[in-house]
Amino acid sequence: MPAEDKKQVAHRALVDRVLTGQGAASPEDRARAFGNADGPAPLQALIGKVAMTPSQVTDADFAAAKAAGFSEDQLFELVVCAAVGQSTRQYEAGLAALAEGEAG
Amino acid sequence: MRLEILNSGYKPGTKLLFAMIRLFSRQPVPDAAKLVFYRPDFYGNRAKVFTHEAMRGPSGWSVGDRELMAAYVSKVNQTAFCIGAHTATASQAYQDGPRVAAVLDDLETAPVENGLRATLRMLGKLTREGKVGAEDMREVLSAGVSPQQIKDALAVCTAFNITDRLADAFAFEVLTPEGFDAGAKYLLKRGYQ
Repeated sequence: MPAEDKKQVAHRALVDRVLTGQGAASPEDRARAFGNADGPAPLQALIGKVAMTPSQVTDADFAAAKAAGFSEDQLFELVVCAAVGQSTRQYEAGLAALAEGEAG
Repeated sequence: MRLEILNSGYKPGTKLLFAMIRLFSRQPVPDAAKLVFYRPDFYGNRAKVFTHEAMRGPSGWSVGDRELMAAYVSKVNQTAFCIGAHTATASQAYQDGPRVAAVLDDLETAPVENGLRATLRMLGKLTREGKVGAEDMREVLSAGVSPQQIKDALAVCTAFNITDRLADAFAFEVLTPEGFDAGAKYLLKRGYQ
């Protein structure tokens, strides 16, 4: 692996861990949070905000997700997955735009 | 923080470490530091490696430039904790607070090199809109920035889009100016690992 890829390798290790390593939340729930896609309503309200409008997250969003049965450890993991997921899509979009810009 | 486990769910050794940090720095332990100690095998360990590599690993950008990028991305995200932390760190790294303040106030008129300005503009768009195009990248390249520097800047942007989201979601407590300055000294001495 060339030295210039170390940043991407370290990022990939983080992504792989939060998606597929051991956790309190199921890998399916973590993948949905990562992808900001189709979770159960009270959870998805929180996850959607973490991904797209994080400054608008409120205490009530966490309270609603807990009331729906998610534990604090599960919510910790799912919020991390949502944050890493959106940021990863941006990273990939930037790298793809760079490749295209260099080619053109 | 919004989850009680992030306030009090640490192992005894970690709680002792936090007490030592409070004792020696005479400042509260920043929530950003606490978070990476919560079940570090899930998030903190690998997040630290990635963030350290992005912020302190080999790069054509100086540490000050990368801390400025972190502050700028956080400004676009309106994340108060990270704006404070990385404004302080960039200001110390450059030994030039007015330069950092000028960029955060108005990137277009700030007295910085055109390559850095073009890079920050692109990172701002990517952070705000979630995407950028080939044309955006050509503008950065034509300002004299190398493809590797763009990749390095994208890694910084990614690390702080993650951290900003966690700071906002978990409601990191904003520190005093003295608290941010103490944190900045630590980050310049030790980095993120």
